[in-house]
Amino acid sequence: MKRMTLAASAATALIWATQASAQDKELTLCWAAWDPANALVELSKDFEAQSGTKMNFEFVPWPNFADRMLNELNSGGQLCDLMIGDSQWIGGAAENGWYVKLNDFFDKEGISMDAFVPATVTGYSEWPKGTPNYWSLPAFGDVVGWTYRKDWFERPEIQTAFKEKYGRDLTPPATFAELKDVAEFFQGRDIDGKTVYGASIYTERGSEGITMGAMDVLHSFGFKYDNPEKPYDMEGFVNSDGAIAGLEFYKSLYDCCVAPGTSNTYMGEGIDAYKSGQVAMQMNFAFTWPGFEVDPNVGGGKTGYLVNPKGPNGEQYAQLGGQGISVVANTDNMDGALAYVKWFAQQDVQQKWWSMGGFSCLKAVVEDPSFATSQPYAQTFLDSMAIVKDFWAEPSYASLLQASQARVHDYVVAGNGTAKEALDGMIADWTEVFMDDGKL
Amino acid sequence: MVTSPIDRLARATPPSLARKVRGLSDRTIAWIFVAPTILLLLAINIFPLIWTVYLSFTNYAANKPNREIEWVEPIYRNYARILTDEGTWSNMQTTAHFLIWTIILQVIIGFTLAWLINRKFKGNDLLTTLLVVPMMLSPAVVGNFWTFLYQPQIGVVNYIVEFFTGIPAASFSMLGPGGLAPWSIIIVDTWMWTPFVMLICLAGLRSIPDYIYEAAEVDRASKWRQFWTITVPMVLPFLMLAVLFRGIENFKMFDMVNLLTGGGPGDETLLTSIDLKREAFEKWRTGYSSAYAIILFVTVFGLASIYVKALNKVKER
Amino acid sequence: MGTYSVTEPSKASKWVAGLLVVAYTIITLLPLMWIISTSFKTGPDSISYPPKVFFEPTVEGYVNLFTTRTRPAVSELDTLPPPDGLFEEIARRQGTIITGPSRFGERFLNSVIIGFGSTALSIFLGTLAAYAFSRFKVPLKDDLLFFILSTRMMPPIAVAIPIYLMYRQLGLSDTHVGMILLYTGVNISLAVWLLKGFIDEIPREYEEAALIDGYTRFQAFRKVVLPQAATGIASTAIFCLIFAWNEYAFAVLLTSGNAQTAPPFIPTIIGVGGQDWPAVAAGATLFLLPVMIFTILLRKHLLRGITFGAVRK
Repeated sequence: MKRMTLAASAATALIWATQASAQDKELTLCWAAWDPANALVELSKDFEAQSGTKMNFEFVPWPNFADRMLNELNSGGQLCDLMIGDSQWIGGAAENGWYVKLNDFFDKEGISMDAFVPATVTGYSEWPKGTPNYWSLPAFGDVVGWTYRKDWFERPEIQTAFKEKYGRDLTPPATFAELKDVAEFFQGRDIDGKTVYGASIYTERGSEGITMGAMDVLHSFGFKYDNPEKPYDMEGFVNSDGAIAGLEFYKSLYDCCVAPGTSNTYMGEGIDAYKSGQVAMQMNFAFTWPGFEVDPNVGGGKTGYLVNPKGPNGEQYAQLGGQGISVVANTDNMDGALAYVKWFAQQDVQQKWWSMGGFSCLKAVVEDPSFATSQPYAQTFLDSMAIVKDFWAEPSYASLLQASQARVHDYVVAGNGTAKEALDGMIADWTEVFMDDGKL
Repeated sequence: MVTSPIDRLARATPPSLARKVRGLSDRTIAWIFVAPTILLLLAINIFPLIWTVYLSFTNYAANKPNREIEWVEPIYRNYARILTDEGTWSNMQTTAHFLIWTIILQVIIGFTLAWLINRKFKGNDLLTTLLVVPMMLSPAVVGNFWTFLYQPQIGVVNYIVEFFTGIPAASFSMLGPGGLAPWSIIIVDTWMWTPFVMLICLAGLRSIPDYIYEAAEVDRASKWRQFWTITVPMVLPFLMLAVLFRGIENFKMFDMVNLLTGGGPGDETLLTSIDLKREAFEKWRTGYSSAYAIILFVTVFGLASIYVKALNKVKER
Repeated sequence: MGTYSVTEPSKASKWVAGLLVVAYTIITLLPLMWIISTSFKTGPDSISYPPKVFFEPTVEGYVNLFTTRTRPAVSELDTLPPPDGLFEEIARRQGTIITGPSRFGERFLNSVIIGFGSTALSIFLGTLAAYAFSRFKVPLKDDLLFFILSTRMMPPIAVAIPIYLMYRQLGLSDTHVGMILLYTGVNISLAVWLLKGFIDEIPREYEEAALIDGYTRFQAFRKVVLPQAATGIASTAIFCLIFAWNEYAFAVLLTSGNAQTAPPFIPTIIGVGGQDWPAVAAGATLFLLPVMIFTILLRKHLLRGITFGAVRK
């Protein structure tokens, strides 16, 4: 019997595979290989049925996503008609003409950027930032937030022990100072016979991990990329006293409260650490949250969701993730690609997108009264999206990112130098990049 | 290699004999046989090499296709910047550390295993086949899985160490800070590639004709003496070939270590190839990274040519 | 045989040697056993803290490897008809429904085509070149041989961009032919160097005799040298296949939907929220099988191939 079903499944798989080349109207959509991408494939079946267009998908693993796709775009490749590229690519994409400018198309089709959450429009679509020049339609909203083990927080013996030590109730932390207390409290504690640790935070060196993590903290401590009055003027903003305190805080959190050996942690490692019950709290992008809800160990109400806490002065920001969908300028099926964007922008499609685990950026979806209660994390997501900040989206963002990766990792994980030296060094590196680009 | 009497006889056959035979001349056949290989190598390897050399003197950035490609001023600027960069030299040291220790360990373990297997105990061929399995895995899979195995809480390595030594599993981290990471990558490479050295050593051991040992036995040479005067010199050319291939491969090691540590913690395992990848595909300084690649290429080329000369000398003995 | 031989190791030394090798084999296979056992774990078991040695086996990892799934809302899940077939049943247990096959099958097939194709081509070209280098006076022989070797010294990352641009011009980008040529280009140095060693060992007098008998050089090569070199060819083929089968850096940068091989795919299989370790392990296990089978099939040749030098006298 088992054999029969296996054979049957294999046969179905073959049929699926051979159907692929039957249609001539085709579109290829490129994105990273992750959970939301699988949902998008499912969602796009409606588009295929309506338009008769066959959708192909090219999903590249996150660690290689930028290398692979930027190489493709740089060399004018024709692999992708539609690209859900990372938010930081937008500057390069606009200045090098990789993406189609969508303003005229939006006007013609009556798609208004006012209908989308403002932060996502700025983050995913605009270049130069703050101007109404749109290069993509916000597709997947994402932001760094925190999850915590609600079931542990609610245990009477843990609550008592916490109160004894800190003189206040154990509540989900609202400030970074509280967060550190809680993390310290859990660090090394014995829960159900296992030693658990305080928190999982980003420390990854290779791509963008530790920058995303540190910036998530630094903004709320007063870090700014540059002088709001004078672009690219970084002295006193990148290395302000607040920024230095923020980076020192991030290091202290790393030194006191993470599980041993988590010196190269990013999204995947964070998920593993949290799901396996090693940590009480976890920093991660919102896209990971739906996965926790259905997990047998941490799902079903055991997990609580937190907006990134406040800094010492009450400032509160969170690191933006997420992407917009763009039309690749080199496409040979421009009409089809635009038709897809038009279809995707519709409210009922966006509604369905959310229900399938795609974080919609459409106001009509997220501001709907039923939204906040539709998922345990919905309200946290909404609150987080209101306070986002993104990394540089300059054409040279990759060089800027490399510099911050090296400086932050070297200070936080390898323990070299001081926070001020790290941030001073970052300014020096970034200045060099901007001078290279002729922006300074 | 051993010159058998037959070989000597064969070499003594006058080349004119072959020429008399009908058909294409040897010279023509030689070219027909070699040409496809050379052509393929020119297309796949030499053309990109020339391109890289050209780019190495320019400011080309692959992510700015619209910018005009210009020669750098002065023309050797990219090279000068790399060679005067302290980071380059520390990465070279990291690479040398990795290279030297992986080769030492693989040679010692690989040769010992081959020598033991050459005792021809029952089932030695089955064990040989089992032993070579690690090198059949994809370096990408190996790098990925060993990060998992090395994870202090959910990986198994720390628990095994705890079981045997009593050092608590949570007290150390193979890939984290604490100085273990450069050794951890050596362990993984050794685990994966010792079988390669072993196979080639085994080939060397089995190429030693029995009569040489028999003669030594007649001369009443001790086993110890036989080992150093017969076994080692006879295996040496094979061993050196294995070292050559491992050396070249590990000098450009990228995928496995990149997945294991990404060069971290800090720059502790930042091999030159990982650094090169960052310059080329993350900072997109294509001109600069091309110069970097040429410097690495010239380094291996130089070291290898000295080495091959030595290898040929050993072979001739 | 059967009589006392001075070169035959003593019984005791055989025992000691055997035990030592068995011990090393066990240690070296442990990580591999861990990969295979992970492929039969559930997601939570695979990242269990502390790790689980004993667990209830499941084929979830294999199902996830071959399918793409989506996770509908719990309320929607309840309204679905009962699962149809084993795959669907296993997917449902994880709160997901199967939406189609994954691309593992395609990529596996690509690996087979590219891996074996480039191995065949490397061996073909390599044998010819090795024979020429072994038997003829090729001008600048040593330099040419070193040149062939030197093509292996360039870091793949460095040549990836030029090759990418060149392939785009030639229409070879993301094609099987392109990847076969590329891997052959990388492998041929190893093939020529190893095969030259084997062909050097074949006594020339066999060919000379054949030539005198009226064979042409080609015939002598085909009918005399090739059969003698079969063992060497087999073991060289194993090395070439192992490289081409597992190559990662070029595959990830130069290929996409059409000709992508499995190695870039396997380590990054993402399941429902996070890396799907059982599926990754399942992929690694299945992907290991063809090379292992190939090696086991050619095992006799591999072992005979490397003993060739000893039996030739």
